[in-house]
Amino acid sequence: MSLLDVQDLSVVFHSKGREDVRAVDGVTFEVRSGEIVGLVGESGCGKSVTSLALMGLLPPRGVKTGGKAIFDNGVDLLRTDQRTMRDLRGREIAMIFQDPLSSLNPVVPIGDQVTEVLTRHRGMKGEAAKKEAELLLDRVGIPDPRRRLKEYPHQLSGGMRQRALIAMAVACRPRLLIADEPTTALDVTIQAQILELLKELVHQDGTAMVMITHDLGVVAGLCDWINVLYAGRVVETAGRHALFAKPTHPYTHGLLSSIPRLDSVRGERLNPIPGSVRDLLPWLEGCAFAPRCDRVTEACVEGPPELTGGAHAFRCVNPVLEESGQDEAALYSREVSGAIE
Amino acid sequence: MTALARKKIAKLERLAELAAVHSKEQGESLWREALKRVRRNPSAIVGASILGVFILIAVLGPFLVPYDPGQIGVGIPFGLEVKEGQAIYPGPNSEFWLGLDHQGRDMFSRMIVGARQTLLVGVVATAIGLTLGCLIGGIAGAAYGLGGKRGRTIDNVLMRFIDMLLAMPSLLLAISLVALLRPSLMTVMIAVGFISVPIFARLLRGAMIAQSNAEYVVAATSLGVHKRKIALSHILPNSIAPVLVQATLTLATAIIEAAGLSFLGLGNPDSSQAEWGTMLADGLFNSRFDYAPHLALFPAIGIIITALGFTLLGEAMREALDPKLRK
Repeated sequence: MSLLDVQDLSVVFHSKGREDVRAVDGVTFEVRSGEIVGLVGESGCGKSVTSLALMGLLPPRGVKTGGKAIFDNGVDLLRTDQRTMRDLRGREIAMIFQDPLSSLNPVVPIGDQVTEVLTRHRGMKGEAAKKEAELLLDRVGIPDPRRRLKEYPHQLSGGMRQRALIAMAVACRPRLLIADEPTTALDVTIQAQILELLKELVHQDGTAMVMITHDLGVVAGLCDWINVLYAGRVVETAGRHALFAKPTHPYTHGLLSSIPRLDSVRGERLNPIPGSVRDLLPWLEGCAFAPRCDRVTEACVEGPPELTGGAHAFRCVNPVLEESGQDEAALYSREVSGAIE
Repeated sequence: MTALARKKIAKLERLAELAAVHSKEQGESLWREALKRVRRNPSAIVGASILGVFILIAVLGPFLVPYDPGQIGVGIPFGLEVKEGQAIYPGPNSEFWLGLDHQGRDMFSRMIVGARQTLLVGVVATAIGLTLGCLIGGIAGAAYGLGGKRGRTIDNVLMRFIDMLLAMPSLLLAISLVALLRPSLMTVMIAVGFISVPIFARLLRGAMIAQSNAEYVVAATSLGVHKRKIALSHILPNSIAPVLVQATLTLATAIIEAAGLSFLGLGNPDSSQAEWGTMLADGLFNSRFDYAPHLALFPAIGIIITALGFTLLGEAMREALDPKLRK
């Protein structure tokens, strides 16, 4: 039974005098209870827009969403009314944002911001809310929570801020957590700690999580299922081990060969993908990745490729078919245990 | 994770925390930091000193005056000068430090007592403008920023009303208001307050709209916080700084405008209550400016110095609260 079932999600931005932008185009994925699903792609591939669409946080004007996103009890997150959505947000579905500094109100102490959620969804007030907030901060690993509650965001370190935001997100033990690049603004050691924390919290509460990132190193150690996005469409979807062992879409393959591995030979060069996301073909004409792909053939530009291949699906007419056979996920992983041991 | 790794992390975190504690002092809010910056600014110190003296005089005024400021002809026993067939009260001397006005009242006493009136007019007028302006601007800003289509309509209606007020020259608006309501001290305060409404409304609305796109608003929305709560406890506190700065600056203009109204004869008709604007008008029109220019000069200097004090402090506050100017 899936907790969130996203079907054919599309988001189109209209603006006067310009062509419509299809930021997300027919994205389909599902999240089961307690599962961590990754949405991976480079900037502009539509991953953040997907998360905002699911939370109903896209601006009301100039945006058209299509498809369905059925949450647990049958509520379509894309079509439901504001009131229901407000009750769901924070209690059933919560989100963690990329930049912890700008996501916290600079003139309100941390404690007030945490208790606000508790008051809203759990009806806690005064001393009880304060106590609970303290426990929450303690739970996300903020030392001396009583003192921290009175402090302002600028007094906390980056990692601490992200921990506070996470505390707010998990305050009501939501069933789905959407993490939009939660570690991008942090330095590497803190990144590992935050990922470890998220993993732990999700595991303890049985929360499902959608992890949005551009960093394959992040998903390697964390996600059960991974969707790779390119130009608004899913180009490859597979379980973690399958994806890392056998990256089939040339884009995924390119991404993996462009990041360093723990077992790579000294002095070996990385292979970046040439070009940028802007060099794309509209999906209707062919594969959007074709202009940057080193395996491009005539067939690539003859209409849009379909998602094929069953459980480990990919959207490519000329896939990479080499297989390493071993579990490679660990070699890319950014986990603390892997990095320090 | 191994025990070793755990220990390492714990140690690192302790170190990081220690570093954080030492680099920043504890318990500092945005305001306290701003106050610190204000205190380092020399023009703020000058402004604050001027205002300090001014407020002290305004509060203690009645205890400082050597003569009854309302008593006509206190100077008569000390003799009059006669010039061109007109009796002129003596100018500044050891007995009457600032001389005597056209009715023979002690100027020094009147200046001191007038400070209180001037401060009262400035503060009350600014408070009226601030309250009304923030109410209108706050509702409009919150409606525009968070209220969707209907919010935009609300904002439109309120802002067109503000535009109407802005379209009229402010002093003209104040004059018509006073004329409408009959001159009195209260009328002056209402009129002067009213003309500063559009400034506050526009300022707060603009700041709130800008803030309503901030990421922390999206974050609060994503936690299901009610719109009203977001507007009041997230957007408003982040938007109020420019408004408070403007309030300090408005105190200066309010004093000048109130003096202007009194100068035009639309002030407090009861001239036994000394007020700098009225005194200035008296000095110019009711006595011989060519023989006794000091009667106009002293109130004018008083108004200028006070307005300068408020302006200096206001500018310093603006600098302190402007994130772009922070070092």
